[in-house]
Formats: sequence, structure tokens, C-alpha cells
Amino acid sequence: MYKKVFQRPKYLKNAVFHYCPGCGHSIIHRLVAEIFEELDIGEKAIGVPPAGCAVLAYNYLDVDMGEAPHGRAAAVATGIKRMLPDRIVFSYQGDGDIAAIGTAETIHAANRGENITVIFVNNGVYGMTGGQMAPTTVSGQSSTTTPGGRNIPRDGFPIDLSQMLAIANGSAYIERTSVTSPKNIRQTKRALTKAFKTQMDGLGFSLVEILSPCPTNWKLSSIDSCKWIEDVVTKTYPLKVIKDIGGKDDDLASMPADE
Amino acid sequence: MSKKLLMKGTHVIGEAAVRAGCRFYAGYPITPQNELTEYMSETMAALGDGTFIQAESELAAINMVIGAAMTGSRAMTSSSSPGISLKQEGISFLAAQELPAVVVNTMRGGPGLGNIAPSQGDYFQATRGGGHGDYRTIVLAPHSVQELSDLTTKAFEYADRYRTPVIILADGMMGQMLEPVEFADPVDLNKLPPKNWKLDGARGRASRFIRSLLLDPAMEEELNWKLVRKYQTITREIVQSETYLTEDADLVVMAYGTAARIAKGAVKRVRSLGLKVGLLRPITLWPFPERAVVEVSRSVKDFLVFEMNTGQMVEDVKLSLEGRSDVHFYGRPGGTVSTPDEIAKVISSLYHRQNIKEGQNV
Repeated sequence: MYKKVFQRPKYLKNAVFHYCPGCGHSIIHRLVAEIFEELDIGEKAIGVPPAGCAVLAYNYLDVDMGEAPHGRAAAVATGIKRMLPDRIVFSYQGDGDIAAIGTAETIHAANRGENITVIFVNNGVYGMTGGQMAPTTVSGQSSTTTPGGRNIPRDGFPIDLSQMLAIANGSAYIERTSVTSPKNIRQTKRALTKAFKTQMDGLGFSLVEILSPCPTNWKLSSIDSCKWIEDVVTKTYPLKVIKDIGGKDDDLASMPADE
Repeated sequence: MSKKLLMKGTHVIGEAAVRAGCRFYAGYPITPQNELTEYMSETMAALGDGTFIQAESELAAINMVIGAAMTGSRAMTSSSSPGISLKQEGISFLAAQELPAVVVNTMRGGPGLGNIAPSQGDYFQATRGGGHGDYRTIVLAPHSVQELSDLTTKAFEYADRYRTPVIILADGMMGQMLEPVEFADPVDLNKLPPKNWKLDGARGRASRFIRSLLLDPAMEEELNWKLVRKYQTITREIVQSETYLTEDADLVVMAYGTAARIAKGAVKRVRSLGLKVGLLRPITLWPFPERAVVEVSRSVKDFLVFEMNTGQMVEDVKLSLEGRSDVHFYGRPGGTVSTPDEIAKVISSLYHRQNIKEGQNV
């Protein structure tokens, strides 16, 4: 007799990820699929993927999805949620998508208190286009458009969009996590669960910023990429709950604690 | 039909949209069409199941419409020329993703910020797709307040039937004009054909996705050909134009929208002087009424195209005629509105010139 201890989540399609080795998207996709099953919201979920590496998220997540133009996911999600307020509407966006070309759409969706959940995957580069500087590239970090490292006088400061969104009166829950270790992955799952619950409770705009490795464009090994996040990126983008107007975490207490 | 009401053009578009089942409107302030946005804010709130959003930008407004359209709702946005330029990204996506939506352009003088006076400078932008890629949008050109209502009703029908964005191309004159209007009865949303492509959560069915990214060139090519086949169907089924006193005409004026309104007055004037002049008015600018133009050309040697721009529709007239008749042009750009008298002078001057020429040929 065998006991099944691990399987593909119900809302993850039987498909091979196209993501590079060591990329965080595959982990985050799986977490989202697990949460849909655990919260029993997969049949109510409607997702908006971005332009970027995760544009093909609909090849993996087995829920309704509608593609947005680059940066406009929060506006598209607004249109969906307003017409179907009892569905669970989320966007899945990269840092270039959300914090550069889509800044206005994101800030105003948060400020209106749109009851949507935003999954903000921050890997500090434009991945799909080949590793150009992103709004979130940290000071000194090399990219194809910052060959000598991000130079603040020339390139400006890395932007802290989550902090900016926390100021908006309509945002309810914002947390920054990472997927560099089993512990951090579990915390990311807790944060994502809480974000979707925030939407289910009708509290307003929720967002989880996930620091995620891009070994291909960073030109580092997978392990060194995780180490880079923990040692360097978190100095600019510390892992923490940035805003939480709900506060009650009772339902999450049952989730496995950190070891 | 409703009883006859005296209403302003912008308000009429809003009322007709709501009666056509529009339940989502997103807009951004821009003159000369703010009354439409204001009308929608009040009307949507009164409906109960309607949604109005004053968006942070034209980009956000059109993308909110994309989201609402994905849910199968009848959705609309409106703006004026500079704002429509910003919406072109979203209109291209609507076309590629085969989503129905209605976009109203109350044209004003341009290019650039231009002014807020009535113009027809956006003909190319509307009829050539406007955004990036190989696509077309249905373009409807009302020339009266009653037609603003009738064509708004049709715009929602066409958008749903063909799953494509439809543009109502009006101008500041149409928008600000007060005229009597009768509205169609409200649409029963429950009786509309089901949309088996919409996103509403994969409950009891396979999950769906709506996209426009097709990395495989063979698939992208097939999407483009699929759109072409759809556009051919649209061209067969909806092309619409009006002829006025063309039967015995020696000269036919072609104009649409406000220009057609002015031209009609001019034709009446020159007819009273005994000149055999008629008017051919395209109501659908895309698809363009090529056959109607060719039909009229069988007995007419000279066409005069009058536009409130420096010459845009005139190219479609020439393409339709393929050299069959002579095409003359008169235009006033930049928000200048000609009087019927001015156009009557242009018509009679051309008419006499052409008659003299014909006399010499005999």
C-alpha cells in the first residue's frame, strides 16, 4: 500500500514550466494554485497576467485568465471585479510591469480601494526582454542597461512601490516576502493566503511583493541568486508586513509554523 | 420607442447606450464631451446594476473597459481626439482579443492639443485601425442627434455580434447640438445571445483564457487572417450610406457627420438655383460604402468631397472609384465649421467650371 504524500495541485495544469532553472515564478505559481484549492476559490478566480515572463501564466494556472496590455493589469482587473464583485480577481505582475509602465494604474487601483489581489513578483530586472534595468534594480546592480551597475545620479533610485501603495487609503494589506528558502516560501504562502482572504472579506486592495531570483539575467547560480536576495536586495527591500488594516490572523494560525 | 424628447447630443449617446444594455462606463474628463461622462455617472448610479468609474487616465479607462468586456458586459468609454490617441493601445488589444466594446470619439481640432472646436481630423485614425497591428474597427458617423441614438444602439449590437470594438465618430457640433430624439426600447439583457467565451470563473466548465500574445508566427498569422475573414463578413453585412437627390445629379457631394449636415443645406440651396447636385453620405466610414460610390458614379462624372480636415475620406472615395470619375476636394481643418452658404458657393463654382469644360469638349 502506498500513501500519496505529494501531488500536483488541482488548479495547476499538467504542463512543463517554460521558466528558466532557478526562477521563482514556478514556485509562486504552485503556491497560488495550492491556495485556490485550500480556500476553495479556484472556480471563482479570474486572473490577469502581465506582459513579461509570466504572460504565459494561463498555460499553468487552471483558472479563467485575461491578458492585459503592459502595465495595465490593475485597470483590467478593476473592470472585471466591478462587474463580478463576488469573484476572486487577481493580477500577477512583474516589477517592470507594475512599478514603471503601470505605476499610475496600480496606485489608483489601490487608492480606489479596488477589492483585488495583486501578486507582485520583484526580480529587479526586465526578464523577458533580456535583463535591462528595472525600476527596482538596486544601487550598483548590473544589468544590460546599467553595465557598470545602477548609478543613482544617472539612473535614479530603486522605487519602493509597496511603501507608496501603503500610503494610499484604499489599500488594506501589503506584505513583502521572498522565495529564497523553505521558510521564506512558507511565509510567502501565508502572505498570499492572507491577501486572498483580505479580498474575500471585502477589505480592499491587497498586494504581496515577492522577491524572486532571476539567475539567468543576474548571471548567478540559483543558490547565489537566493543569497544575493538575502544579503543585498533585502537591504533595499526588507521583508515585512508593510500594511495590515485587518489585523486578525486567526485563520492563518492553523498553517504550519516556521521551523 | 420612447416619446419625443429634446436632448443634447452627448446626453443622447449616454441614454441610448444605457438602453442598449451598457452597464459599464469608464471615462476621463476632456472637452467637448464631458457631458457624456457626467450623464453616465448619474445614470449608472440610478440603474443599480451599472458601474461608472472616473478613471485616472484615458489608458486606465480603456483598460477597465477591456476588463468589463472580458466578463461579457456591454461596456463603453468616450473621449475626444487627444484622449482617443491614448486609448489606441487598448483598442488594438480589444481587436486582437476579439472583445466587444464601444468607443465614442467626439472629435476636436488637432493635431496635438489643438482646440475644442468641431473637427474631422481623426478619420484616418478611426478607419485605419488607429493602434498598432493589422486590424480595423467598425466606424459609425452620425449626422443628427436622432442618429446619435440609433447608431449607438447599433454600435452595441455590432460589437457583440462581431466581437470587435466599434467607434462612434462624432464631433463637437454633434455632441453639443440640441435636437428632438426618440429612443429605442431598452434591451432585455437576459435575452441577448450567451457569450460562451466570457470570463466569469471556471465553474463546471474548463478554464478559459483571453489573450493576444501569440509567439508562434503561424498562430499570429492565423489570427490576422481570422480577423480579415471577420472584416469581410462585416463589410458584406453592415455597410450603410444615404443618398440625397442623386438620381438626376451631374455633381455629387460626399460628406459625413457634421460636414454632411452642412453639405445637405448647401445642396438644397444650389438645387433651388437649378443646379443638379446630390449628396452621398457614408454612415459607416469603415466599412466604407464603396459600392454605393461606384453605383452613383455610373451617371455622375464629378464628385466633390467635403471634410472638416485637409483631405482624408477623399482617399477612400478615390480608392472606391478607381479613376471612374473625377474627384474634387474642399476642406476646412482645425475646428473651422463652414456654413452651408460657403459650401454652396464651392459647389456652384465647381459645377459651372465643370459644365464649361464639358461644353468645350463637345
